[in-house]
Amino acid sequence: MIIQALCFWVFSFVLVASGIMVIAARNPVHSVLFLILAFFNAAALFVLLGAEFLALILVIVYVGAVAVLFLFVVMMLDINFVELRQGFLQYLPVGALVGLMLLVELVLVFGAWAAAPNVAASIAAPLPQAAGATNTQALGALLYTRYVYAFQAAGMVLLVAMVGAIVLTLRAREGVRRQNVAEQVARRREDTLEIVKVRPRQGI
Amino acid sequence: MLDIGLAHYLTVAAILFTLGIFGIFLNRKNVIIILMSVELMLLAVNINFVAFSAYLHDLVGQVFAMFVLTVAAAEAAIGLAILVVYFRNRGTIAVTDINLMKG
Repeated sequence: MIIQALCFWVFSFVLVASGIMVIAARNPVHSVLFLILAFFNAAALFVLLGAEFLALILVIVYVGAVAVLFLFVVMMLDINFVELRQGFLQYLPVGALVGLMLLVELVLVFGAWAAAPNVAASIAAPLPQAAGATNTQALGALLYTRYVYAFQAAGMVLLVAMVGAIVLTLRAREGVRRQNVAEQVARRREDTLEIVKVRPRQGI
Repeated sequence: MLDIGLAHYLTVAAILFTLGIFGIFLNRKNVIIILMSVELMLLAVNINFVAFSAYLHDLVGQVFAMFVLTVAAAEAAIGLAILVVYFRNRGTIAVTDINLMKG
């Protein structure tokens, strides 16, 4: 119990600290790296909550795909980031005001919040600990049966996103000399070689 | 202090969500940081879902968190693709210059 509490405090502290660094870091590459750290700590929090599958999916999808995508884009675009940071302090008061208001509202909600008295009766799918199945098994059993249409829709969303990203970024460049293997293989001697008889003192 | 309950996780998620909003205001000119802030906010939402799922003993919260994850990944891919195309056309990614459509 005490180890669990200690883990929670450490992970959540690092999560919030790296979240601050994401928005405050001078260099966007550092921002991306702190984002990765934040995702790792969130995954650890998920493990503490008993959602192991989601934790590992978070690591794979976010750290393995999304964060690397961010890193690629940050490093590939030739941008003067110092120029983009101008006005950082100018926006600070408004941002702090809005953020503080939101935080106060959320705290008020948490202070007055309570679960409905019959919440235990309206559980849609109980956690797997009672049935003895693992988290992954239970999630799969739920996802592939009751939520199969939503699952297919999620797949369609990813497909459309992939096609959209490719369509947006693909471009046919003019004037690029590419190797054409078929043309090279189909070349014959008659097409390219010509034997010319050169007579002495006449030239070609 | 040592008894970690639902409120602790919700507080962490709330702080993270607020940080995301704050980041959008703070980095008004840098689209990449804005996208990262949106990712932070979605992460906070996911933490909320999983925390409620764990404390109400209901697995549906985790299923929904997975769909949120899917949409977040798609959003990041499309957003960054748009960013790359925009940079190719204009040579800058300053948000203040994105006013062609006078929106």
